[in-house]
Amino acid sequence: MNTQFWLIQAFNGISYGALLFLLASGLTLIFGVMRIVNLSHGAYFLLGGYVALSVIAATGSWLLALPVAAAVVAVIGLLMERIFLRRVGFDPLRQVLLTVGFAFLFQQAALDIWGGDNLDITPPDMLRGSTVLGGLHFPMYRIFMIATAIVVGTILWLMMEKTRAGAMIRAAVDDSEMARGVGIDTSRVSMFIFALGAFLAGLGGVVGGAFLGVYPGLDFEILPIAFAVVIIGGMGSLTGAAVGSLIVGLADNFGKALFPEISYFTLYAPMVLILALKPTGLFGRE
Amino acid sequence: MLHKLGGSCSWMVVMGCLALGVSVSRTSAAAEELRIGFVAPMTGGFAQVGKDMSNGFQMYLDEVGGSFAGAKVKFIVEDSEAKPPVAVRKAEKLVLQDKVHMLVGGLLASTGYALAPVSTRQKTVYIASVPSADDLTQRQSADYPYVIRTGWSSSQPSHPFGEWACQQGYKRIVTIGADFAFGYEVVGGFQRAFESCGGKVIQKIWPPLGTQDFGPYIPTLKKDADAIFTLMAGPMSLQFPKQLADAGIKKPVLGGGTSYDEFVLPSMGDEVHGHVSALQYSAALDTPKNAAFVKKYREKYGKVPSYYSESNYTTAQMIHEVFKKTGGKWPGAQKFIETLSKMKFDAVRGPVHFDDMRNPVQNVYIKKIERKKMFGYPNDELWNTVTKTYPNVSQFWNYGKTEFLKQPVYSRDYPPCKFCE
Amino acid sequence: MFLTDRGKLWTVFVIVLALAILAPFASAYVILLVTQALILAILAMSLDILLGFTGLPSLGQAAYLGMGAYLTAILATRYDFGLGWSFWVVIVLGILIGAATAALFGLFAIRAAGVSFLMITLALGMCVWGLAYRWNSMTGGDNGINIPARPKFGIQLADGVTYYYLVLFFFVMSLAMLYVLIKSPFGRSLVGIRERELRMRILGYNTWLHKYIAFVIAGGFGGLAGVLWAHLNGIVSPQVVVLATSVDALLMVVLGGPGTLVGGAIGAAVVVFLRDYLSTVVPWWQYVLGGVYVLTILYLPGGLMGIPARIRRWREEQAGPGQEKKR
Repeated sequence: MNTQFWLIQAFNGISYGALLFLLASGLTLIFGVMRIVNLSHGAYFLLGGYVALSVIAATGSWLLALPVAAAVVAVIGLLMERIFLRRVGFDPLRQVLLTVGFAFLFQQAALDIWGGDNLDITPPDMLRGSTVLGGLHFPMYRIFMIATAIVVGTILWLMMEKTRAGAMIRAAVDDSEMARGVGIDTSRVSMFIFALGAFLAGLGGVVGGAFLGVYPGLDFEILPIAFAVVIIGGMGSLTGAAVGSLIVGLADNFGKALFPEISYFTLYAPMVLILALKPTGLFGRE
Repeated sequence: MLHKLGGSCSWMVVMGCLALGVSVSRTSAAAEELRIGFVAPMTGGFAQVGKDMSNGFQMYLDEVGGSFAGAKVKFIVEDSEAKPPVAVRKAEKLVLQDKVHMLVGGLLASTGYALAPVSTRQKTVYIASVPSADDLTQRQSADYPYVIRTGWSSSQPSHPFGEWACQQGYKRIVTIGADFAFGYEVVGGFQRAFESCGGKVIQKIWPPLGTQDFGPYIPTLKKDADAIFTLMAGPMSLQFPKQLADAGIKKPVLGGGTSYDEFVLPSMGDEVHGHVSALQYSAALDTPKNAAFVKKYREKYGKVPSYYSESNYTTAQMIHEVFKKTGGKWPGAQKFIETLSKMKFDAVRGPVHFDDMRNPVQNVYIKKIERKKMFGYPNDELWNTVTKTYPNVSQFWNYGKTEFLKQPVYSRDYPPCKFCE
Repeated sequence: MFLTDRGKLWTVFVIVLALAILAPFASAYVILLVTQALILAILAMSLDILLGFTGLPSLGQAAYLGMGAYLTAILATRYDFGLGWSFWVVIVLGILIGAATAALFGLFAIRAAGVSFLMITLALGMCVWGLAYRWNSMTGGDNGINIPARPKFGIQLADGVTYYYLVLFFFVMSLAMLYVLIKSPFGRSLVGIRERELRMRILGYNTWLHKYIAFVIAGGFGGLAGVLWAHLNGIVSPQVVVLATSVDALLMVVLGGPGTLVGGAIGAAVVVFLRDYLSTVVPWWQYVLGGVYVLTILYLPGGLMGIPARIRRWREEQAGPGQEKKR
């Protein structure tokens, strides 16, 4: 257990956290604005991967697959929000079950469309192999994941802090009654946020597809981990999602490397602890 | 209306539907119908493997026109989702509802351990065509009188492989194996044989079954090892060598059979060139029988057969042979097992017969991955070239049956890692 | 059609009697499915105490099922305990471990409400899953634990019908006990808390303690279901504690009708029918399962048990808009 070990493990943990951030940032935004616990978010992630595979099969372009898959998933999310979630109103339990129902529907649809095989997205050659730095091998794809998360995180932050839309969203997060009072169309804000969340999940699915594979069941494997991020970071907070992703990525990685017997416990126990001490998570607000 | 404790018509309707829906059982059991319940994962991460399994069986059925010596075969496939409890429920359904004569299949060792008690409970034949859990035909074989294995036991190829590793001059080996019964048995068998000829296993790592990100594990591999022994299953097989290569590790890699089986080999890249594994089958086995099998299978399903395909193809062949003897009549569970276990077969994989604990005795092939042309196919492809054959390997290797059975079954902690630092 | 309380009790009685009498005539597979449904019905009813009566939507109810099941399996395989008369001890221990787990989890969860309660129970449930999945030396990890045989004590539980009767017995006992519970003053104050927590607090009720006790009781019944579950398939694996099991339990309650107890049982029957029977008949069964989720939420807010009330309201409206509903 020398410095090399710690360095490379930390790097691995951060890169995994970067992938989680793509998924969790959408989840947390949806929660923050709409108070919806979206259990079909894992399905969005998986669908993103599948759509990307189709795009790659049709056009051969991985670069094109990124935005197309994310956009397709965003449209699915948008429709789901407009047609169904809207009608349920504010009732956490019913929202949860509705989104679970959709998760099952998506699962079956994916199985019918893409089959049950274990698929894998092949990234461009440029992102394969690894960079050697000081005798350590840093896989290119992991570097790419970190870069993507940073870019996406920055864009989200700029949008939230510097634009009018962002101000409206923040107002809706803080107090949707008040926001409506000052003339913000919260319904449209909700629609936008839900689509954005789905977009990010779909994007995550494409990026993650080359790393985790694309296969039935991935949706419900990744979902609880994304929730761990959101719960630790604080529901509704973008900063929280970033910090939470790092914590979970590192906890997961070091947990597996150092305490394999209780590795998932090391992931969820801190979550419970944080919730017990600060029920709103690290950066969440009451 | 808070306490609506009490029934309404809906309750009746639901229960009625349930009862009606499921009691439509097939009662017409014509004497010459043979019902085979096939349990394999059709969805989830192992779906590809499950497809290979059922394809193998189906191909034989098609070859003989769907009947075994006059008995019409009804082949019912149920999806186990690669989850043992689901497999158990589906098996119960096959036995209780479809009244199958035998269960075939199962994939993971854990599924094998879960299905065997069902066969005992229901007094139904269970042919473990793939699950290789050692104890099914070892320490627990007396508990499962209706189980017979047509595939292999997990540690069976590992024993000669361990010896082979010694002969290559490897002294110190690290193992990384999927964290479940199958992994323990393949790695355990290798460790025992390797250490009994002087080698040392200096580290054992157990990533969970289904791990896709080996990031946490690869950096922990000890740098001073001569070689790495890996045991992967399902989708893990594809990811591990890729990530190992990405991390810049260039040590020789040995693997349990499933790490480099043909179910995944075509999707692999040149990073696996030169990796060596051991199993009772290779698609590159250079015999006329196998050449014909590979060509036919490939033509039919568009891919090279894996050991999963071969094993189930051969299983179908074996059942057929038994029915030839009985004149197309179902002989009863006990008699079926008795007859089958005394027969000798000339299978695609080579000669096979059974030991008295109903496990096959067969060749084990040491296979090296090479990119080359084979069987007249035009392109260079990755093949598991057979470099050495250990003939007639028994599950007890050369340890002797009684001696072997005195040891506990291989597990996470057995054999103990004496040389781990 | 619309029965008084007494009438409803009679209906339940008749149905249970029918279940008991008809069993020997049903096919073995139907028996197996109904046994499964009855066990899950106990779990669903335990959840209904939380969700329907106290207003706490728990997303971690599978944890108690898992605790009971793993306890049973571990005792049976390691200590050879619980396979004879000691089975009854295991039943008690199973209830206790479920209750104890809930007692621990409740300390974290009870002070939360609504969405936070959902999330924290989800987290707690995942902790149990994590242990089951990775704590190999205790739980067998992904392999799970195979229980050699069902208990026998005078009677052979290995027989499907016998085991069915045992489960039916526990189901009826659970139903009766939970019914008594909700009819008790304690049960009524739970409903009061669900409706108006603040008011109850002002009236001097310790609402936290009430919720906590309900949570623990629900855990106990969950543990009981776990013991029975372990012996049903003879295998306990992390599969019993996955998130989907908890979510299914929620669906059972919501589908049947929250706050009705037997609604959970009906929901359990439907879910078992879909997951275990329909899945062997048609490959697209998940569309039906997903569809049931979606349609229930959109069109059946009161669940299946709410249908009669809906019909009545509809009829009254038909009869004449002037008529006031008698509630």
